[in-house]
Amino acid sequence: MPSRRAIGVAVAAAVIATAIGIAISFAIHWFPAQASKQAHETDTLYHVLVIASIPIFVIVTTVILFSVWQFRMRPGEELKDGPPIHGNTRLEVFWTAIPTVLLLSLVGYSFVVLHNNEKKPAREIQIEVTGQQFIWSYQYPSALTGGPPINSYQLYVPDGVSVQFNLHSKDVIHAFWVPAFRIQEDVVPGITTHWRATPDRLGSYPVVCNLLCGLGHSLMRSTVHVVTPARFQAWIASQRATAGAGAGTSSAAGGASG
Amino acid sequence: MAARLRAPGFYRAGLLMVGALLFAAALTWIVRMATGHTTYQHYLSPNAILTVALLAVPLAFLVGIGGFDYWFYWALGKPTRPEDHSGHGAYSWKDYFRINTDHKVIGVQYLVNSFFFLLVGGLLAMLMRAQLAQPGSHFVDANTFNGLFSVHATLLIFLFMVPVFAGFGNYVIPLMIGAPDMAFPRLNALSFWLLPVAGMMMLGSFFAPGGAFADGWTAYAPLSVNAPIGQTFFSIGVQFAGASSIMTALNFLVTIITMRAPGMSFFRMPLLVWANFATSLLVVIATPFIAASQFFVLLDRALGFNFFNAAKGGDVLMYQHVFWFYSHPAVYIMILPGFGIISEIIAVKSRKPIFGYRMMAFSLLAIVGLGFTVWAHHMFTSGMASWIRIPMAITTAIIAVPTGIKVFSWLATLWRGVLHLDTAMLFALGFITTFTMGGISGIMLAMVPFDIHVSATYFIVAHIHYVLFGGSLMTIFAGVYYWFPKMTGRMCDERLGKWHFWTTFVFVNLTFGPMHILGLQGMPRRVSTYASQFAGMNLFISIASFGLGLSTLIFVYNIVTSWRGGPRSVANPWRGMTLEWQVSSPPPVFNFDRLPTVVGGPYEYGVPGAVHGIFGPAPAPVVGAGAGMVRAPSE
Repeated sequence: MPSRRAIGVAVAAAVIATAIGIAISFAIHWFPAQASKQAHETDTLYHVLVIASIPIFVIVTTVILFSVWQFRMRPGEELKDGPPIHGNTRLEVFWTAIPTVLLLSLVGYSFVVLHNNEKKPAREIQIEVTGQQFIWSYQYPSALTGGPPINSYQLYVPDGVSVQFNLHSKDVIHAFWVPAFRIQEDVVPGITTHWRATPDRLGSYPVVCNLLCGLGHSLMRSTVHVVTPARFQAWIASQRATAGAGAGTSSAAGGASG
Repeated sequence: MAARLRAPGFYRAGLLMVGALLFAAALTWIVRMATGHTTYQHYLSPNAILTVALLAVPLAFLVGIGGFDYWFYWALGKPTRPEDHSGHGAYSWKDYFRINTDHKVIGVQYLVNSFFFLLVGGLLAMLMRAQLAQPGSHFVDANTFNGLFSVHATLLIFLFMVPVFAGFGNYVIPLMIGAPDMAFPRLNALSFWLLPVAGMMMLGSFFAPGGAFADGWTAYAPLSVNAPIGQTFFSIGVQFAGASSIMTALNFLVTIITMRAPGMSFFRMPLLVWANFATSLLVVIATPFIAASQFFVLLDRALGFNFFNAAKGGDVLMYQHVFWFYSHPAVYIMILPGFGIISEIIAVKSRKPIFGYRMMAFSLLAIVGLGFTVWAHHMFTSGMASWIRIPMAITTAIIAVPTGIKVFSWLATLWRGVLHLDTAMLFALGFITTFTMGGISGIMLAMVPFDIHVSATYFIVAHIHYVLFGGSLMTIFAGVYYWFPKMTGRMCDERLGKWHFWTTFVFVNLTFGPMHILGLQGMPRRVSTYASQFAGMNLFISIASFGLGLSTLIFVYNIVTSWRGGPRSVANPWRGMTLEWQVSSPPPVFNFDRLPTVVGGPYEYGVPGAVHGIFGPAPAPVVGAGAGMVRAPSE
């Protein structure tokens, strides 16, 4: 049996390593800017997961290092065997039950986050997103423009208003990902997929195609501009002024591929 | 020459392959003519010929080297050559390049072939990291880059991870259960020779018009349906690799169920045998699904079936469900045998019985069952019905429990043992550490909102490499160092082995650790260039990955020199109890000159007077046995 002192050292080391690990996990800059309500919830979930994981990893490594320290073969023990311990039912029940409870509570918490992130709010605007090799285009429907729909290669969304993106593909599968919002969904030919986010931080953030779609996949990028609702209305109005040509060409392209 | 062309071997194979090529040209010509291609030059379509040839030429090769000889003779009513085991054993390196029914020869064939493709696949990764060392570089173009990561993953999954464990199983399992060979030696030989065929096909796709298949190893439709002809190399190559794994798995199941030595009950089997049993169950149930997914793509590509053409009523998401119904269990196919290897090594090198043997066996079966209920966690962002995410997230979290049981049982086995910290043990301990990392990130990925952010990013690349490189490959290295004396009769160089371990362990973490952060920060996978904000970390990863590549050279050097001139090994250098250590190193041609009877558990270290197997007296001359049941090799 290892001495009490050795076990004490190991426990102390494990506690300190856990504390350091958790401190580091707060110091690391894991995520890009948080630009949506959903991003806050998801990032908190991630931090909880990291904090729950660190003790588990530390326990495993501590037992390994402790065993190497205390139980490694010394000179003269070449033919020695360990004690014939075949198992311990209570211990085995313990390390089956505790992880089960822990995992189920984490996954339950993740469902709460999922529900909050996907909940349909009272007021919401819709924007149609179309992916095609290798470009994103956006359509602002009549409900938003108060006139004919506007087609654009630019994505503007108002700050603080929930947006549902309806995703359409003209060719292969793409994925519409805004890392700053922490949300993505595949853009699938034949069906319309959706995701929603409530932008809550002004600025411009990358839009990334996150599913291999061919030669130009690496360059299939766009930008989402989160602007104040007033500026958003102004932008819509300016687009309406120039809508004629833009809408014409865009719908012609849509007709050709459909 | 005529005799050479008639006898099974590479000459006959070459002749038949030329014939198969001509057959492909003739068949497509006739079909195209019959279906109204009026212009003469349209009769000969290179793509059509290639598609048929990719099926016909490998089959001709297998017929040529003699993979089907017995069955053909039987079908034609000709006298068959009884399996008298006269072909057993390998007496020169040439014996490894022919159809050989000896499970030990096949095991070595499997292992060497697999490691060849490991080196090739690793080299492809080096080329990728060279391209990714800085953003916007032009080391390779986008098409080549897409080909590199697709072939890299395909080779390492289908030609390394899956078959390398079949190689260990082939060599070790008949010895462990006290059998003279596998149940179906001819099938065994055939299942090996399918692998070089599949591997050459996948590598050969680089020379196809339009380049190698470039849609990832996942080959998502409809992108793969409209891709250049290189994609067909994948669709058909996977059929050959898959057929090989199904045959081997059937062989393992029958061998383990029917050929155990007297006294070898299921709960006296070593855990590697349990692990291969569980893996084989997964393989036979799941592998047909990837075969189906690729046949769908092939039929779409070659004959316009429109399975995945949404405009014609095709269903794009269906591909992913069928694909992942294999490819998620495939992850367990690629780790369960590794669990078995680690259980062997930890028990022997700690000089203690494995802690909780029955739970170790049951947890394998639990993983098999649960492994079929989690596939859609690869599809949380795919646009499938959103409710599916809930049960799949729960099962994905739950499947970590049996895996956790195994990790905790290994740790408990270490406790109060007498740890022999040689290379195999170091790899086993390193495996537990890095695999725990991979397991933890896997649990994180079960959390749907988090997965929605990081799905298909570098976080996934980090996770899969922690599981497969830090996990499976570590167990494979451990297994090589552990059974190398048994297979070759020589000892590995321990000093080089420890260098190999430490360089691998350090560079694995330096290469794949930072990828977690890249993914969280917003870098997608499968891109040949990236935003400049990721430049520093990518350069770091590239340099570390070259270190990782170099560490493999230490291994190759160690293995080659030790095999050629290492010190001779005794029969049982690790004082193991399982049966393979009770015979000479390398084992006799027919494994057991004296028949074993199993009288106790496989890991009774420290139990006074315990034995696993006892051996009967040397066999008396066989009376009345069938023709040549046991006959010395005629050479």
